[in-house]
Parts: sequence; C-alpha cells; structure tokens
Amino acid sequence: MGEFIIKMPDVGEGVAEAELVEWHCKVGDPVREDMVLAAVMTDKATVEIPSPVNGTVLWLGAEIGDTVAVKAPLVRIQVAGEDGEANAVPMAEIVTHSSPSPQREEGARRADEGVSPASLSQPAPSSGPAGHRLPAVEKGRRAASETPADKPLASPAVRLRAQDGGVDLRQVTGSGPAGRITHDDLDQFLARGAHPQPAATGFARKTAIEEIKVTGLRRRISEKMVLAASRIPHITYVEEIDVTDLEDLRAAMNATRKPEQTKLTILPFLMRAMVKTIDEQPVVNATFDDDAGMISRHAAVHIGIATQTPAGLTVPVVRHAEARGIWDCAAEVVRLAEAARTGSALREELSGSTITITSLGAMGGIATTPIINHPEVAIVGVNKIMTRPVWDGNQFIPRKMMNLSSSFDHRVVDGWDAATFVQRIKALLETPALIFIES
Amino acid sequence: MKEIVCKLLVIGAGPGGYICAIRAGQLGVDTVIVEAVKAGGTCLNIGCIPSKALIHAAEEFERVTHMAQAKSPLGISVEAPKLDLSKTIAWKDGIVGRLNSGVLGLLRKARVKIVHGRAKFRDGKTVEVETETGMQVIRAETIVIATGSEPVELPFLPFGGPVISSTEALSLKTVPAKLAVVGGGYIGLELGTAFAKLGSNVTIVEATSQILPQYDAELVKPVSKRLADLGIRVLTGAKAKGLSGNALLIETSEGAEEQLAAEKILVTVGRKPRTQGWGLEELDLDRAGNFLRIDDRCRTSMRGIHAIGDITGEPMLAHRAMAQGEMVAEIVAGKKRIWDKRCIPAVCFTDPEIVTAGLSPDEARAQGYEIRVGQFPFNANGRAMTMLSEEGFVRIVARADSNLVLGIQAVGSGVSELSSAFALAIEMGARLEDIAATIHAHPTRSEGFQEAALKALGHALHI
Repeated sequence: MGEFIIKMPDVGEGVAEAELVEWHCKVGDPVREDMVLAAVMTDKATVEIPSPVNGTVLWLGAEIGDTVAVKAPLVRIQVAGEDGEANAVPMAEIVTHSSPSPQREEGARRADEGVSPASLSQPAPSSGPAGHRLPAVEKGRRAASETPADKPLASPAVRLRAQDGGVDLRQVTGSGPAGRITHDDLDQFLARGAHPQPAATGFARKTAIEEIKVTGLRRRISEKMVLAASRIPHITYVEEIDVTDLEDLRAAMNATRKPEQTKLTILPFLMRAMVKTIDEQPVVNATFDDDAGMISRHAAVHIGIATQTPAGLTVPVVRHAEARGIWDCAAEVVRLAEAARTGSALREELSGSTITITSLGAMGGIATTPIINHPEVAIVGVNKIMTRPVWDGNQFIPRKMMNLSSSFDHRVVDGWDAATFVQRIKALLETPALIFIES
Repeated sequence: MKEIVCKLLVIGAGPGGYICAIRAGQLGVDTVIVEAVKAGGTCLNIGCIPSKALIHAAEEFERVTHMAQAKSPLGISVEAPKLDLSKTIAWKDGIVGRLNSGVLGLLRKARVKIVHGRAKFRDGKTVEVETETGMQVIRAETIVIATGSEPVELPFLPFGGPVISSTEALSLKTVPAKLAVVGGGYIGLELGTAFAKLGSNVTIVEATSQILPQYDAELVKPVSKRLADLGIRVLTGAKAKGLSGNALLIETSEGAEEQLAAEKILVTVGRKPRTQGWGLEELDLDRAGNFLRIDDRCRTSMRGIHAIGDITGEPMLAHRAMAQGEMVAEIVAGKKRIWDKRCIPAVCFTDPEIVTAGLSPDEARAQGYEIRVGQFPFNANGRAMTMLSEEGFVRIVARADSNLVLGIQAVGSGVSELSSAFALAIEMGARLEDIAATIHAHPTRSEGFQEAALKALGHALHI
C-alpha cells in the first residue's frame, strides 16, 4: 500500500492561497478516480478538486473556511501499489463553476500567448541607461520607439522624490540642459498639480491655501466613513416610487392632526414601511462583525436617522420603531433631531442603530450613493420628490415621484435580497393603506 | 521546534539577500534571513572578494618578478622573489572571515533574525529549514528569493579531480605548473591572468572568435596584448572536448584535435541560476529562460514572492542584486519604488581592467541614435606615465543632438575606480558639457574622463 498526496492546485494567475469551502469526503471514505474531493473558492470562482486515483482517504489537510496556500498538502489517500512523495502532484485538471473572473481569463489568454501578465509592459531590471538591455526573452518584442530618450532626464534624487509623490516624470517639463528635470521643476509641478497652466485670462489667479485641522466630530465622521467605505463592498440600488397617493394621505392626516401631534413628513411612513418589510426580509436589519465573521440579525428595529447639525453629520436613533405608531415615529424623529442639533443628545440616543435612513429632504437630488453606517448592512436614502410625467397607458399624467437610493453590504446581502427589500417598500408606499393594515 | 512567523523572509544571504534584510530591518520590518552556507554568498566567499585578493597578490608578485629580471625602468632590482601560495590563501581567507563577521554583525544590528540551514518551500507562504537543531518552519507574509547562481558544469568535463571551478581555483595551495582555462569570459581571464603572474603556464580555450565576447574589440585589445606579454596562450574558436589522461582534449579553430597537458583544468563557461534544491517546483513560478521572471518591482508571478539577484537574470552582478534588494525592502516597508536605474556599471578585473557603463557606440547606433564619441588614450595622461601603465583609454558615447551621455567605457590599469564617476554621470543625466566643465584633479587618471568629453565636444586640450 502506498500513499498519494494531493496538493492545493494553482487555481489562478498569481493567487497564492484559496479558501476551502466544501469537503466531499471524510477520513476513511473510499474514493474513485475523478470523484470530487473538495471545493475551494477564489475571487468568484469555485474550483472542484477531483481525485486522480482510487483509494481511501487517510487525512484531510484543512477545515471548511480555512485558507490554504497553493501547493500545500490537502488530502492524503492510501492507494494500492508504490508509495512515495513522487506521487505528490498539484492537480492540473480543475473544474471551475461559474464564469471565471475577467482576470483569470486574461491570465489564460496571456498564457496562451506565452507572455506572463507579470511581464507585460514591465521590462525586467536591465542594464544600460534607461534600462535598454532587456533579458533575452524580451528582445525583439520592444517597440522600436522605446529608447533611453523615452526615460525622463532627472537625477536619482529627483526620480526618488517623484516616486514617493506618485508623480510620472514624463508629465513634468524639465528646465535644465537637454530638458533635465530639476528639483525646482518638480516642486513647481507639485505646487500647481498635474494640470497644465490655463491660458492667461482677465481673471487673477488665487494661490492661498487654507489649512483646516480635522478634529473632534469631523475626525470621527472621517474615520467612520473611511472604515465603512474601505471595509464594506457597497451595492447601491436606486428605484423610483410614485408617492402621489402617499402625499395625499399625508396632507389629509396633517390637516386633521391634533395640536399635540407632530406634523408628518415622509419619514415616519418610510419607517413604518421598513418595519413591515424587515419582518419579511430580516437580512437587512443586521450588524456584521467581520473580524469575528459573525452576523447579528436583530428582532428590534432601531432606525438611525442621519441628521445634519452645525458640527457635522450625526445619526440619532429611533429605538424600537417596530413598537411605535406613525405619530410616535414622527415625534421621536423631531425630538432626536432637535437634541442632536443642540448637542444635548445622549450617548444611547446616538448609537445602537440596526438600519439607517439618510434624507436630504428638498436637497435630496435625483440619486445618491449612501455610505452604510458601519457595522450595519443597509441604508435607505431618500431623494427629492418631483412632479414628473408618467405614462398611464393612454396619456402622460403628472405624478409626484421620489427615488430611493439604498446601499447594502454586498458581503452579506445579495442583489436579489436588496432589490426585494426596496420593491416591497415601493409597494407599501405606493399604496399607503397597506402600511396601516395589520399583517 | 516552534514555528517562526514574520513579515519578511529572505532566502539566501548573498549581497542581494543580506542588503534586502538589513534595509528591511532598518525600516522596522520584522525580518528573517536564511542562509545554507555562509553569509555573503558567492561574492564574498568564493567570488568577487577572494578573486580580487588573489589578483592583487599575483600583481604584486609579478611586479617584483619583473624587478628581479632587472627589467624595471624604475631602477629597482631585487633578488628572486619566492611565493608561498598557502600563505596567500590564508591571508585571503582572513579577509573573507572579517567580512563574514561584518555581514552577520550588520544583520544583527538591523535586528534581523538569522537562521542557518537550507530552506525549502513547502508552499507559497511557508518554508522549512533544516537547521543543526532540527526542522524549523517559517511562515512569512512576503518572501524574497535570493538564491544566487553557481558555475556551469560541462557534461564532458564534470568538476572533480583535475577539473576545477572558480571556487576551487581560489583555494589552491600550490601554483599549478600547467593550467588550462576553458572559457575566455571575465572569470576565466581574471583567474588565468592571476595564475600566469604567479608562475603557471596558462592556456585559454575560448569557443567564440574573441575573448571577452561581450565587449567590443577595441576594449579587449589591450587585454589581449597583455595576455600575450605574460606568455598566456589564447585559443579562440577552439572547443574543449573532454579529458584524456592528464590532458585537456580540444578541437582547434582549424578543426584539428589537440591535447593540452594540464595539471588543473579550470572550467569557467558561465554561471547558471540556482533553481534546484529549495523547492521551486512547489511554486511553479514563471520563468524567463532559466531565470525567474520578475517585473520592475522584482515581483515574481506569485503574489507575495519577490526574487532578486542572479536568479533573476543578467547581468549577474553583486551590485545589481544589492540595488534590487534595497528596492524590494523599501517596497515591503510600504514605500513606492520601481526599478528605474539608468545603468548598471560592470568591471572586468583583467590586466588592464575594463569598465563599462551604459551603451557602447555599437549599441547606441543599434538603438537608432545619432552619436558622437570622444576617446582619450592614457598614453597622453601624465599620471598613467608615472605608473608605468599607459595602455588603454577612456571613451564617451553621447547623443549628437543634445550631448546627453549614453555610455562610458574605459580600459586601463586601475580604471575600476572610475566606475563610480561613470555611473554617477549617467544616472544624473550628465551632458558632455557637464563632465568637461567639472574640474578633475591633476595628476590623476580621471583627467582622461574629462578629456574624452572635451574630445567629443571637439576641443580636447591634451591631444
């Protein structure tokens, strides 16, 4: 009896590791040639790893969710016949589900041409001025025009500064002999940005720069935005909603409201519609702790309301919107907005939201790309209500239209779920009576 | 043994690897370096440094021998000198030892962890090292392959017995009476010349039509003349065929077979990248010929794996590896760096020495440049005369339209030390006028550099 080691195959150009997503065998299982043993995932492709031999599984090299380096042992199989490390082969034949990512196709295409992506338009370090002596394999494939003259003329110190500053020296005009770029040339280029000077006009140039230190709330906003934008892959879905009937209802309710009742805006209706929809779509009312790899789905609906204050953006939270009626929602929104603007909001009132609404009211624009309030997974953006012509089958009629621009964390919310959530809200807002019908 | 986890792992502590590790350490990168033999690699232990030591000793001995033959125009005569090669080698070993400890000290000072043993890739992130105390596993975020190169062996002249590589030639205890050198490149000529000066009867067998085939004939001429003066027999267009008892069997350029009696046969037909024995087969990296293919950041085809030095291709020079090592360390530390050097100077320590930086006249023309060339001979240079070494010249190649210097070459005694000026001029983007207008100290050989620039501008002063 011998042992056969199956190693993690090279699943794509330049990928050094892949995540194990499925085992189709366990220790002790008999396996036949071509039987799928495991599946690993890279980018968007799932790759099945078949067995090249008949035998019995002795050992599995990873658990589901583990990241496995390319060429690391993955499965050991007991086979009849010779033993040997010589049997350790990276699998060459791999079966890919779903379409390969463009990158991989590109890689495959280049491989066909005998050119590795690493070498494309990137000559290896070479000798001679301007790196003109390419390795033998590169010779004969260079454009005839590529000469040392194409390299900007500058001292090593200037070139280093340019690298540090991300400046392409070919864009910089050199004032020195033979067009040499001096430190001064680079300074001037950096000072005026990478754009040529506009032609002289009657307008005076302004050169003053006001430096504003980012501190306090502005710094916290900045940090939070960077965290959200850099860690969360956003998908934004924009849909238009006919709010004519809703606006009629809102006007009627406001006309008959009691003195102690707060004037209704669109927001309370949207909040109630969201609560109703979250019952059916709990996936969007969640927080995602990506460090721990844990999603928490909340039964409570704590809706954050992004609010502009003189100091900047804050997000007071309407807690337990699921337990509040429409007037209660309206009152709480007004109360919290006021507290936020005057700086009297409590810590608890500014944290703990499970989903957020952002609305710029009349400034709402046609569409926005809201940034999710980390660690939530969804944010609903309200755009401006405008009267637009709508085709009713026979003619154009004026209708009050409003767009919702909503962003979702694409790691945990698929496009389908995002669309379903928004479509359900649309249905409720377009036939507003549905909001008030008990399920 | 406990697994080591680090940010940067460097495999090979030659000039590329150790510089990479030191620079990374300086930049605060948590770095480990693995070395199977001795810190300093080929260059320090069996290459640049020991060969230069032997060449210097041979020059000294030859000078004194010359005086003993009452041939010295300096009016100095001495009794017949004697040579104890084992002492020479011990002196050379002392220098190598000092530099060895120096490199280890520098690595420690930069807080680099040194692991002694042979590294082998387990996978793209993990390396196993067989150390004296057992198997050490190292996991690293980034790995730099700096495994260097080794002498090429001819299948019909395998190393062993009388057939030696440059490594053994640098540790011979006695001077071979008859030495055959297969391969007339820079290594063969440097060592062949040294042994001729130490008293060997040397024959050089070169397959192509010219020794030092990578240089133009004009640069090689003074070297050829000196080889003849030293009594070295040079056979160009000749092929080594194998061993026949105590003789090297060759086929001459006329097609005749000849046997060259030789106590030692030194095979120096080039070097090849060291791609075996460290688990390269586990990685399946893209190749460029026998070398690893890299891009302008020394990245290989696998993410997180860089390669530097001889393993990555020509020119296989220590200072190229060092520059690559420094660049990669800075990239790993998060700096924006790309390889944008304008030239890699090369020195051939023959007698006389040859230096090249940038383009030769032929290379410049082949790239479509209109050029002007200025050449100044050392026989018009006072300092060269006072040192009894008037052979050779300095040559500058510049663009005809802007006078931008494209290349500088020199052949002559001691010109290796001019390499820094040549490289600096090209790297700074100097024009002929810059060199011509820089005051060069008198009396020095470097005046030849200034004069060559003046000559190209059409107004040389001393010729």
